Formats: sequence, C-alpha cells, structure tokens
Amino acid sequence: MNTLNQVEDFATSIADVDKANVKVDVRALNFFYGKTPALKNVSIPFARNKVTALIGPSGCGKSTLLRTLNRMYALYPGQRAEGEIMLDGENILAPGADLARLRARVGMVFQKPTPFPMTVYDNVAFGIRLYENLSKVDMDVRVEEALTRAALWGEVKDNLKGPGLGLSGGQQQRLCVARGVAVRPEVLLLDEPTSALDPISSAKLEETVTQLKADHTIVIVTHNLGQAGRVSDYTGFMYLGELIEFGPTEDLFQRPATKKTSDYITGRFG
Amino acid sequence: MSASAAKVARRRLTNVVFEAFCVVVTVVALAALAAILWSLLSKGIVGLNLDTFTLSTPAPGSRGGLANAIVGSIMMCLLAMVMSVVVGVLAGTWLAEYGGRSAYGSVVRFLNDVLLSAPSILVGLFVYEILVAPFHSFSGFAGSVALALLAVPVITRTTEDVLSLQAATLREAGVALGAPLSYVIRTIIWRSARSGLLTGALLAFARISGETAPLLFTALNNQFFSLDLRGQTANLPIVIYNFALSAQEDWQRLAWTGALLIAATVLAVTVVARIVAKEQRRS
Amino acid sequence: MTDQALPAAGRSMPDKPTRRSSPRGALVGQVFEGLCFAAATALLVALGGLIFSLVLGGWPAMKTFGIGFLFSTTWNPVTDVYGAAGPVVGTLVTAAVALIIALPIAGGVAFFLTELCPAALRRPIGTAVELLAGIPSIVYGMWGLFVFAPLFSKFIQLPLMSAAAPGSLLEKLTTGVPNGSGILSASIILAIMILPFMAATLRELLLTVPPTVRESAYGLGATTAEVVMSVTLPYVRTGAIGAVMLGLGRALGETMAVTFIIGNSHGFPKSMFDSGSTIASTIANEFTEATSPMHVSALIALGLVLFVITFTVLGLARLMLRMQGARL
Repeated sequence: MNTLNQVEDFATSIADVDKANVKVDVRALNFFYGKTPALKNVSIPFARNKVTALIGPSGCGKSTLLRTLNRMYALYPGQRAEGEIMLDGENILAPGADLARLRARVGMVFQKPTPFPMTVYDNVAFGIRLYENLSKVDMDVRVEEALTRAALWGEVKDNLKGPGLGLSGGQQQRLCVARGVAVRPEVLLLDEPTSALDPISSAKLEETVTQLKADHTIVIVTHNLGQAGRVSDYTGFMYLGELIEFGPTEDLFQRPATKKTSDYITGRFG
Repeated sequence: MSASAAKVARRRLTNVVFEAFCVVVTVVALAALAAILWSLLSKGIVGLNLDTFTLSTPAPGSRGGLANAIVGSIMMCLLAMVMSVVVGVLAGTWLAEYGGRSAYGSVVRFLNDVLLSAPSILVGLFVYEILVAPFHSFSGFAGSVALALLAVPVITRTTEDVLSLQAATLREAGVALGAPLSYVIRTIIWRSARSGLLTGALLAFARISGETAPLLFTALNNQFFSLDLRGQTANLPIVIYNFALSAQEDWQRLAWTGALLIAATVLAVTVVARIVAKEQRRS
Repeated sequence: MTDQALPAAGRSMPDKPTRRSSPRGALVGQVFEGLCFAAATALLVALGGLIFSLVLGGWPAMKTFGIGFLFSTTWNPVTDVYGAAGPVVGTLVTAAVALIIALPIAGGVAFFLTELCPAALRRPIGTAVELLAGIPSIVYGMWGLFVFAPLFSKFIQLPLMSAAAPGSLLEKLTTGVPNGSGILSASIILAIMILPFMAATLRELLLTVPPTVRESAYGLGATTAEVVMSVTLPYVRTGAIGAVMLGLGRALGETMAVTFIIGNSHGFPKSMFDSGSTIASTIANEFTEATSPMHVSALIALGLVLFVITFTVLGLARLMLRMQGARL
C-alpha cells in the first residue's frame, strides 16, 4: 500500500473543498500511543460550516484523529502527535499552544453521555463561566439559547434546577451537546454521539447536528454508515491508521474510488 | 471397582471432615466475638447514665462520669480529621490524577499501603519526639497530630481508589470545554466522588477514635474538664486504660462504660460508611 | 473569536470586557497540583521523620550496648542496663502463636462464607465479621483481663498444672502464676483480635476467583474440600500469603490487646504460662515513667527494632498482595 498513490487517487476530491473554506487542515499527521503508531501520514481538510464524517472499522484511528483536533490526548503521558493541524492557519500542535483556549474553541461530545454531577442549568453554564463573567440575566439567556439549539429546551425548561444525571440517556446526550455549544466553539467534535442512544433519540440528535452546522464546523465519528450519509457533507474513510479515501459524502458512497472503501460501505468487512 | 468405590468413600469422608471443620470454627469464632460484645454491653451499660456525659472523671469512690474524656476525644478526633482530610484527599488526588503512574508515585503508593497498618505506638513515639519533648509538655494538639498521622493513609488510599473509579470521559468532558484539569478535578471529579470521599473519612474516623497507644505519650490525660488542646487533654482511650488497670471497682465500671461508648461509636460510624459507600456504587 | 462563521455569537454577544483571557481556575492550577504533590510527599516525609526520630532517639542506647542490645535479656532501669531480647522474643512468640491459632480458624470462616454458607446468612455473617475487624483493640485487651483471664486460669491453667507430673515436659511448659495472664493468654487474645481481620481479607480474596473457575471444578465432580484446596486457594495463593502476613504485621505491632494480659515482666519467658512482655507493651508501660535518658533511649531503640520487624513483614505482605493484583 503506497500512501502517496492514494493521495493522488483522491486529490481531485480534496480540491473540491474550497481552500478558503477550510477551517481545520490536517497535514501529514502521525500519532503514537507510546511507540505504537495509530495514525500514519494522515492529511484531511475539514470544511467550514460543513459536517465531515469519519468512518471505518474499529481501531482504524478515527477516534484518535478526532482526539488530536482538541489535543485531548495531551492528558495522557506517552501519547504524541507529529505533523501539522492548522486551525484558521494556526498550528495547534505547535509547542506552547494554549490548550485550554484551544479546547474552548473546539468543543467535543462523547460516545456516552457525560453529564456533570450538578443541575441541568449548571451543566450548561459550566463552560460559559470559565471564560465569561455574565450577569444572571445574560447567563439565563445563554443557557436557554444553548438548550434550544440542542433541541432540549422544551423538555427541561421546567426542571433546570434538577440534576443532570436525572435525565434520560438521550436527554443527557443532548445536554452534553448544549453544554458543548454554550461556549460557542468554532469546531464541534462528535465521537460516536448516538452509539449509546435509542433510535428516536438518535434521530433527534442527528436533526440537531444538521441545524448546528450553520454556526459550527462539525466533525463526527460514526459507526453508522446511514448516519454518515444522512448528516455529513464530506466523508473520510479510514483503515488501519490511514486515510484511504476522502470526498463529498455522495461521491464516496456512490462512486468509491478504492476497492477497500467499496468493500466497507457494502458491508463486506468491518 | 471396589478400589474406586473406596476412593470415593475416602474423598467423601475428607470432604465431610473439611466441611465440619469450617462450620465448627465459624461457630466458635462467632461465639467468641459474640461473647466479647456481650461482656462489653452487659458490663458497660451498668455504669451508663446521665452522669457519664455530664460529670468529669471522679476521684476513687466519688461520683463522676466521662464528660471531660468524651469532649477531649471529640476535640482531638475532629482536629485530626480536619488535618488528615486535607492532606489525605490532596495526596490521594495526586496519586489518582497527576503522578500516580510515575516511579515516585508507586513508591508513595507502596509506602502509604505499608503505613496503613503500621504499629500505632510508633507513631506515638514519633510525635512525642517532635511535638512533646521539644516543648516539655504533653498536649491534646500532639495527640491530634498522632491521630492524623494514622488517618492520612486511610484517606489517601480511599481517595485514590474512588477517584480512579470515576469515568475518564467525565474528566475529558470537563477538559474539552476548555477548563484547566485542576478545575475539572475540584468542581467535577471531587463532586462526582463525594460519597466515596465521605466513606474514606468515616472509615478513618472509625480507625482513630479507639486508638489508645499513640495517645499514651502525646495527649496523656487530664482529670479535669478542659477545652485547651495546648495542655494535657483527657480522652476516652487513656481513661479506659488507666481505669481498667486500677484496683478501684467504680473506676473499672467507668472503663467498661467508656469502652462501650467507643465500640458503639466505631460500629455506628462503620455502618454509616458502608451505607454511604453503597450509595456511591449505585450512582 | 475572529470567526465570521459564528453569526449567532457575533450578533447576540459581542466580545465584552467581561471576557477572561484565561479560564477560571487557570491561575490556581499549578498551585493546586503543587499542593497535591506536597501532600503526597508529606507522607514520605512523615515516614522519613519517623525513621529518623527513632534512630536519633535510640542512638545513645545503641551506642552504649552495641549489637548486644538485641541479645541481652537484662532490662534493669535501676542499674540502667538494657537488653531487648526479652521483649523481642515475646513479640515474635506471641505473634507467631497468635497466627498459628488464628490462621486455620480464619481460613475455615472464609471457606465457610464463600463455599458453604446458606445464601441468606452469607451477607449478615460477612458483614458482622467485617464490622468486628474494626473494634478497637483496647476492648479486646479489657475482655482478656476481666473475662478471659479468670476463666483461663480456672479451666485451663490450674487443671494442666495439677495434672503435670513433676519433672515432665508438661510441667516445664506450664510453670508460672496461674492468674490467667502470660504469654499464651496474650497470644490467644491477639488471635481473637486478628481473626476477623484475616477472615475478612481472605474472604475478599477468595471472592476474586472467577466463578467459572470454581464452577468448572465442581463440574468435574470435585468435592468442596477439593475445590477449595486444589483450585480456589491455589488461585489466590500469593495474595493469601500476603493477607496472612498483614495479619501477622498487626499482631506484631499490637499494643493494647497484649499489654493488659501478658504480665509485663522482662526477661525470657520460660513457659507458656510465664509472664512476659512485647516491644509494644514495654514501651506502653514504661515510656512515660522512664526518668533516666538511657531508659528513654533504650525504649526508643526497642521501637526501632519493632519498626524494622513490622515494616519488613508489612512490606512483603503488600508486595505479595500486589503480585496477586489485589489491593486490600
């Protein structure tokens, strides 16, 4: 497998993403867990105000790629990334980058709901309070706005002082989305956000994602090909730590350029 | 065929003997422990009345109670708990969140585990050397420090355990919002683990409230009621020790009452700790 | 916030001066981590201080009596001559005998609770054993002095002593004052004290054996005895040895359960019923009354000996438990 060849294979697809519209540009990224390489020379653009889906079998590196975009891996000694990730032209992998600041710009929602052990209101306000001193009234407005965007306001508006852990699984996950968008991140990372949810909650969350793209650049990791097809504008297919193919979602699903991709999307492996 | 039948019979016999042994020793052990609790209850309750809580330790033959010792014990234990919760929670947090995987971290963890069951009388000697001898005065404060030294390993250990049990994604979710790790620990992780932390503190309290040996050379004793931890401070364990070894029957009776009070406290606190721990597991 | 792609953000909330340049809690972050590190280090400092103070305090005695301190049985505050052999042997013997008594019983209780006990009794008995492990040792000591000693004297000591023929081995083993106290009594009280602790620890270890392992042994037609002795116990062997040594460590360092009933005489115990002393009981009895500096120093040197013994045992115990992958 020659990576260079593959890059040429979908070079035209990458060109489809207007250079001026690239919000996050990953260039020649390598990632290691200790000495084990997990990402090999991955280059991928994430377009502004679009949803980009990352698909591939378990262990292909898609979640790892996601976790480099807000440098979550920096919590763990022994994990390191090489290469460049340009966020609005600024390399976030450069030494000395302000991680807290970066993470306020790049929000993340996890596989399982992670409500904090506090009220619904405080969950949403948590991130806002980190960076802004708002009056009670302003904060109320922001919390309502965030919950509305996550399509949760109607369900919790009478229970804002109730514990976040008291909500149902689907509500908890949308609470986490609300918490994520409340700080107004420019990029939103979603790591298999519906894998722990029932179909109805999943559908609600997908709808939310589609609405959120007006304000955010969204990257979503998913095991669910149907979901990738429904919500994303671009899709990257990863396999064994490499980006095999990338392009507009419709093209990739209907005219896959490589055999690996077509095998995967037709369910022959993975 | 008969050889194998004999073998089966032998195996069965061995098993019957084994099972009988297990049942018998369990009954014997429980009986012995029940006998201890019964003595404690029957002998302790005789001297238990209002005087116990309102009067100070008496001169031989006169009326008295344990008020000074109870108050002294409570003051020393509370002060010890304040000190040990601060140190223990921070140390446990360091092990769980910051340096636990380093070589230094595993040394700290190992020695903490060893300190967990270190002889308490040695802690008493140590505190005597650093806080009593230099000032030529026994003090309740020194007693508190000795008790705190015994409580810290318990709290450190439970803190590390409960924090390690918190989901990594909770930590990441906080950090992903742009919060510094230390802020996430203090506002989210500690809160999420709070009943586990409480369990640790309660277990530590149960551990130190009956400790006698470390107080022998630190707090010593005080016949009179005193709220001043800078001087010798009366406390239940030492009063029990002195009175039990005396020849006065009324003193011995008070010793039993004191022992009953301590044992009841320890049992109650342990039961509460277990209930709180169950709560934590459920959430 | 320079991104034009955030119309909502730009519209409703332009950057105000209320915006922080660094997040809440950022300033104390380093301080907090430093405090945590300091607290962890304080543990080491305390242990270091403990060792240092014992060495420093015991130094005069060690210098005066040299290595002979460990082997001499003389302990005489009047002439200011001290040897540790009596208390050291007392400590080792009482702890060892306590272990010999408690181990089979604790094992029996643990096996009973994990293999034989009816389900309805399992939790109550298990909980009771765990609760009893927390009872302060002074309670055991008092019970030993007031309840156990008279009974022991009446039903064990006196009959044995009168049954012993003059000059027989039994007579040698049973000489002493039949008041119920002595080396053997102290060992028995120690055994009762460490029993719940050891039983609870062993039980917890045995519960870590995967049910499938036990079940497959039963499935082969093994009896309870065979399952326990050849499957579950070997499965947790290292941890079980560690748990036993943890119990031994407790017995070695115990003060109150022993002091009440060992009789407190220095020198070598000559029989099972002879009075004796342990390191901890000697320190507890004499430390506050010691007036000569050499006496104090000798007591602290005794403490150092106890420290070395217990920390070796406890350290080994912890290593073995860790090898078993169990933290108890």
